[in-house]
Amino acid sequence: MLPTLAVLAVFVVWPMLQALYLSFTDYQVFSPARWIGLENYGRLVSDPAFGNALVNTLYYAAVTTPVSVGLALGLALMLNRRMPLRGFVRTAVFVPVVISLAVVAIAWSFLLDPNIGLLSHWLSEIGIVSEQGWLRDPALAMPAVMAVGVWKNVGFYMVMYLAGLQSIPAVLYEAARVDGAGTWPRFRRITWPLLSNQTMLIVIMAAIATLQAFDQIFVMTRGGPFFRTETLVMMTYRVGFKEFQFGYAAAVSWALVALIFVLSMLQFGYFRKRAVTY
Amino acid sequence: MPRDNRGLRLTWRVLSTATALAIGLAMLFPLVWMVATSVKPEAEIVSFPPRLLPDTFTLENYAAVWERLPFTRLFVNTVIFAGTVTVCSLLLDSMTAYALARLRFRGRGVVFVLILVLLMVPFQVTLIPLYDLLAGLGWINTYQGLIVPRLTNAFGIFFLRQFLLSIPRDLEDAARVDGASELRIYWRIVLPLAVPALLTLGLFHFMYNWNDLLWPLIIGQDSTRQTLPAGLALFMGQHVVEYGPLMAASVLTLLPVVVFFIIIQRRFVAGIATTGIK
Repeated sequence: MLPTLAVLAVFVVWPMLQALYLSFTDYQVFSPARWIGLENYGRLVSDPAFGNALVNTLYYAAVTTPVSVGLALGLALMLNRRMPLRGFVRTAVFVPVVISLAVVAIAWSFLLDPNIGLLSHWLSEIGIVSEQGWLRDPALAMPAVMAVGVWKNVGFYMVMYLAGLQSIPAVLYEAARVDGAGTWPRFRRITWPLLSNQTMLIVIMAAIATLQAFDQIFVMTRGGPFFRTETLVMMTYRVGFKEFQFGYAAAVSWALVALIFVLSMLQFGYFRKRAVTY
Repeated sequence: MPRDNRGLRLTWRVLSTATALAIGLAMLFPLVWMVATSVKPEAEIVSFPPRLLPDTFTLENYAAVWERLPFTRLFVNTVIFAGTVTVCSLLLDSMTAYALARLRFRGRGVVFVLILVLLMVPFQVTLIPLYDLLAGLGWINTYQGLIVPRLTNAFGIFFLRQFLLSIPRDLEDAARVDGASELRIYWRIVLPLAVPALLTLGLFHFMYNWNDLLWPLIIGQDSTRQTLPAGLALFMGQHVVEYGPLMAASVLTLLPVVVFFIIIQRRFVAGIATTGIK
């Protein structure tokens, strides 16, 4: 137990506090850190790059979270029924979860290549054409990385929903059927309320994960074009490890922590009020 | 309602199965494309219009992987990094979890709350100070730099603590009456009982570290210490056109994880389901 705490203390807790301290300093690697109080945070407020990264992060999370969770629920409902090929489809949906997003994002960039990418070619056949290529088009790069994010994670949430569905007693559905309730009322009155705990957990997890989006963005766009896909983690990486402004990068990363914390608390409060038990 | 009529019902079944199959194939599509491209000759890869399946089958891209990339080095690095982290982390996490679940000592509550707090903080915030700290130790671009900060983690401790709380104490008490030491109880009784949870957690740890991008990207400065995802992501940035070898390298990177997953799929999915129901 002691070695564990030592590792946690030295490599997690200490760096966290250190990050907080650095965020109040001007630290550029080659010169020692100099205390500048709230200046970094003041700079954040007026820095258009930070505003841009914040908006991008929120936009990414606001689209991918509901889309992933909604699709996951739909897939779980579909694959919870007996049907041929069920095992195959479940596995297919889940495989992206276990593989490296960074590596598979390379294949995605290739698929979306304007000249030799198959997906880009198919999309242009049905009239969705991007002259510059999806990843170089300021309007389309973000939807592209969002789609990859959803593709990667939907299987994980689906499995969590399947577990939730299997814990709902079949008696309830039989009773509803005897009372003549159709498909929609059965979903609305039984499935959805009894999944509310699952939904809360999944939405909070998905939101936290999407706010930290990095891998596929790094591979597919490096935050471009024109910073259109630069999220807060991407910005921390750029400011910290490309421009070596450690103090300022620490402030950006603390802004992310604050954002995740506040949003998680808000969601938790929202779901708590609506908790259902039968 | 489809159930009113046998013909309609059959159509409905065929339709829903076809939809499910289409979704499954769509999810696998990028991976199929990756594999198909990796066995196409260069001329076919760049031909227009792009096609999914190769006309001629070739393994030249696989041979090129070793010419263009220090693939063996990257592979060995990834195995060392993910393997060591998984084994050590299971040991340290389980010891701490045992202490938190079973032993009474001063400060236990504080430690547990601390772990819950760490569970919420995204690791990106520790990135910059951690880099600074490791640079001070001269550990940048070393195995210990990559591995040591990952030796234990809050999620693992939390997960195992919850599991240990759910198994009965009787066996341990019996051993205690027989005069066994705490270490012996932990090693001979608690660990064997916790095997299912350890396997699940081990899979999580292995998958997470094998696939991770940001951490090895920053700590591994060159290909002597980078892992596969970081190495391939950077290669992608430098040589945009060489998709053949890149796809072959990607297939080789993903293959171990996919094979591993298919073998232990059941347990893995069950593991996710149980983390969902707390």
